[in-house]
Amino acid sequence: MKLELRDITKRFGPLVANDHISLTVEPGEIHCLLGENGAGKSTLMNVLYGLYTADEGEVLLDGEVQHFRGPGDAMAAGIGMVHQHFMLIPVFTVAENVMLGNEPTHGAGRLDIDAARAKVREIADRFGFHVDPDAVVEDLPVGVQQRIEIIKALSRDAKVLIFDEPTAVLTPQETDELMAIMRQLKASGAAIVFITHKLREVREVADRITVIRRGAVVGEATPDMSDAELAAMMVGRQVELTVRKDEPRHTDALLEVSDLEVTDARGAVLVDKVSFTVRGGEVLVVAGVQGNGQTELAEALLGLQANVSGSIRLDGTEIVGRSVRDILNLGVGFVPEDRNVDGLVGDFTVAENLMLDRLSGPPFVTGGMIRLGTRDDFAAKAVEEFDVRTQGIHEPVSRLSGGNQQKVVLARELSRDLRLLVACQPTRGVDVGSIEFIHKRIVETRDAGVPVVVVSTELDEAVGLGDRILVMYRGRVVGIVPSTTPRDVLGLMMAGVPAEEAAA
Amino acid sequence: MTTTTLTTTPSSGSVEADLRHVRVVSRKPAIAYVVVVALLALLLALAPREGDTNFRFSAESDAIRIPDVSVPGMTVAWICVALTAVIALAAVALLRVHRSAPLWMSAVFALVGFVAFLSWAGAGSDRDFPVTRLVGGAVLLAVPLVFGALGGVIGERAGVVNIAIESQLLAGAFFAAVVGSLTKNPFAGLFAAILAGMLVALLLGVFAISYRVDQVIVGVVLNVLVIGLTSFLYSEVLVPQAQRLNETVRFTPLRIPVLAEIPVLGPALFNQSLVVYLMYIAVPVVWFALYRTRWGLRVRSVGEHPKAADTVGIKVERTRYRAVLIAGGVVGIGGAFYTVVSVSSFGKEMTAGAGYIALAAVIFGKWDPVRAAFAALLFGFASNLEGALSVVGAPVPSQFMLMLPYVVTLLAVAGLVGRSRAPAADGVAYVKE
Ligand SMILES: Nc1ncnc2c1ncn2[C@@H]1O[C@H](COP(=O)(O)OP(=O)(O)OP(=O)(O)O)[C@@H](O)[C@H]1O
Ligand SMILES: [Mg+2]
Repeated sequence: MKLELRDITKRFGPLVANDHISLTVEPGEIHCLLGENGAGKSTLMNVLYGLYTADEGEVLLDGEVQHFRGPGDAMAAGIGMVHQHFMLIPVFTVAENVMLGNEPTHGAGRLDIDAARAKVREIADRFGFHVDPDAVVEDLPVGVQQRIEIIKALSRDAKVLIFDEPTAVLTPQETDELMAIMRQLKASGAAIVFITHKLREVREVADRITVIRRGAVVGEATPDMSDAELAAMMVGRQVELTVRKDEPRHTDALLEVSDLEVTDARGAVLVDKVSFTVRGGEVLVVAGVQGNGQTELAEALLGLQANVSGSIRLDGTEIVGRSVRDILNLGVGFVPEDRNVDGLVGDFTVAENLMLDRLSGPPFVTGGMIRLGTRDDFAAKAVEEFDVRTQGIHEPVSRLSGGNQQKVVLARELSRDLRLLVACQPTRGVDVGSIEFIHKRIVETRDAGVPVVVVSTELDEAVGLGDRILVMYRGRVVGIVPSTTPRDVLGLMMAGVPAEEAAA
Repeated sequence: MTTTTLTTTPSSGSVEADLRHVRVVSRKPAIAYVVVVALLALLLALAPREGDTNFRFSAESDAIRIPDVSVPGMTVAWICVALTAVIALAAVALLRVHRSAPLWMSAVFALVGFVAFLSWAGAGSDRDFPVTRLVGGAVLLAVPLVFGALGGVIGERAGVVNIAIESQLLAGAFFAAVVGSLTKNPFAGLFAAILAGMLVALLLGVFAISYRVDQVIVGVVLNVLVIGLTSFLYSEVLVPQAQRLNETVRFTPLRIPVLAEIPVLGPALFNQSLVVYLMYIAVPVVWFALYRTRWGLRVRSVGEHPKAADTVGIKVERTRYRAVLIAGGVVGIGGAFYTVVSVSSFGKEMTAGAGYIALAAVIFGKWDPVRAAFAALLFGFASNLEGALSVVGAPVPSQFMLMLPYVVTLLAVAGLVGRSRAPAADGVAYVKE
């Protein structure tokens, strides 16, 4: 099916999120949308999917103008979308999620679960991956959840597929698999819109590339352009794509973790006797495939985990068993992995979110009252400094684009006096220009003599940002190696092969 | 920038299976046991009683009769307390070897503890303990609670908190009384009660779903409103014309052949009126509808993640409306119980907070219709004990007995029920962008 968008314009109040955008996607084509955070990519896709109504312009499928009143109509017309934030019901099974809204029944409204299961298996088999139709979605790794989104779209015979930043949460291997699936879909004649911030992926699968900046199309690019060229076109200036940092100037070991063990409520040992030290002025990257205990390790550093044993010493002070507030007051900055769940209060304004963890005293609070002036000055400065694209500091943070929300979290955590910085996936979903900036700020923090722990599933980030890399697998430390370690060795270590063997 | 291809690729399959596991133990049951044993022992020691306790298991008219049992009250009570102490000790011992008490242990504990209490309470009384009535009365008292809880479950599963169960029960009772009296037909009364429940539900829907007023506030306001209205109409309209407007014909008990002959349980469960049988049917029907039908899947989806439901073309508001209306109708049936089954006239505020207990049963039952119904039964049982104990003249102040349902809930929730999780979007209005 051929997809055509003509002069789509979408405004949010005074903000023009999409400004007369036109786009054509042929059947059997993968069309990439590139653009900074807040450029309006997701908005455009939501218009296409019937979630938003455009203020101007029209959507055409095979030359016919469509009038979608809701996603149901878009879906019926053959459009499927894999959302940036998954639209799956966590407590439902895979089969239930796939059939929802399009349920096979035995008549009289009785669900035909077997038919739904068969459908899941049939589509999964077609693409050569395994999904248990009876697994509950919340128990599945994100990569698998995403496949369920794809199965969901395909089960409705979608001919136009929209992927909104599907790789932001995937491991390198899952990304490769997704690319393969996309190529298969393309071969079967689907028209695909693919949004990503990772230029390597763009060059790998795109047939055509459209670049959007501040709501408007700035031009087409071709897959044979270099990363630097693509990045420049997107951001409108030259972007430094590798992390620039000097030799570390180490101080003493300031963070000492020994025999740290974290168990969950069901008794699974998520972090298994982990020991390491981080010196002041050093970045330690905790690398590994998503879900191997890195997140829990990071959360334990902030006191967010319940069942923790072992010891964590910050500057000689034991922090296991202390409250999160105590630990924050010790000067620990924390960038959580899922900003929507742990990092931000969606309905609060940007300014409120920026002072969220500093409610216990000056400069923002005196005598139990928030000093609004101080807060707003600070917020205005932070927004400026971190280039947060927002309509103002009093806008609810939930209205910001994904990447800009991430910048709000970083702005908050990095503008305190820190004695330890823990950042989980700090650049997830962030555009190349902002990645450059965030990496620069993390390196500055390091150079100020602060120990830094970064959790990352991106090899590029691990190698670029880290002074040393700790690889985790199944809750255990596979090895701690210098960042000059070859990537394929790191890859093997992430699969659980010990460092010496991997290097051999 | 180099691309990386991994030779051995880590799979994102089941990480869980590869992790080391340690056993998790829950201290809660053991602690609850010890507390209960201590309370029981204290009770027996401070208020000892003399004489025998008689348990009666069947009525004169039953086909199969079980002989009455007479036991020395205090002795049996102490034996039972000793048994519960043994169970508590066993649980503590299990804790020491890092194991938690299994569920059947809690069941046995509850049963033995209960017998201890009854033996003590009935000791020395010249009246028999009517075990059949203990069960049958519990079922009866539970009827409005079960319907209320079912309605609550349906509403909350769709994401609408229904604090207004109380007012739906009361409105149902009121209209069943008026229509039932006018027509002298209990079926018409039942039908009117269903409509009345739905009417209150419609109000709840308009404010909570369409106007997105806080659901708890709407519910509370509705309760106050309906209590006020029915009380006013009762004294201004029903009382002056009581004969015409407030004297219903009740449903007569229907004896189910064979089943009613089962000793102890038969007469208690299967010699009841239509509304009670409706309850037996309603519980599995609601379960089936929620978990096995398209309607139920959609209801649960809008209660968990309305946006996701929206993206697959489900009309969130319409689905919620429908669920809330159906829930109101179900609660209405419970309301009819008061005036066309239990007694034959309406009385001021006659539901007396049953709606709130039903709400507790919803949470206690973890938003599951079957569990919620059992929770409601437990409440019914605890409330019924009061009546049974006053029959034998037990020395327990009635105020204390009125507390019993709540004490039971507290103990059960604290000691037995694990973490319960409400539907994720429960009480949250859906705002489309
Ligand atoms: N519901 C909304 N109300 C007001 N403004 C909005 C809303 N949704 C998005 N915006 C604004 O529209 C702009 C475009 O947002 P959009 O989510 O489309 O960006 P994006 O290109 O997808 O960015 P990212 O790469 O960070 O996901 C942003 O400035 C954002 O703040
Ligand atoms: Mg986006």
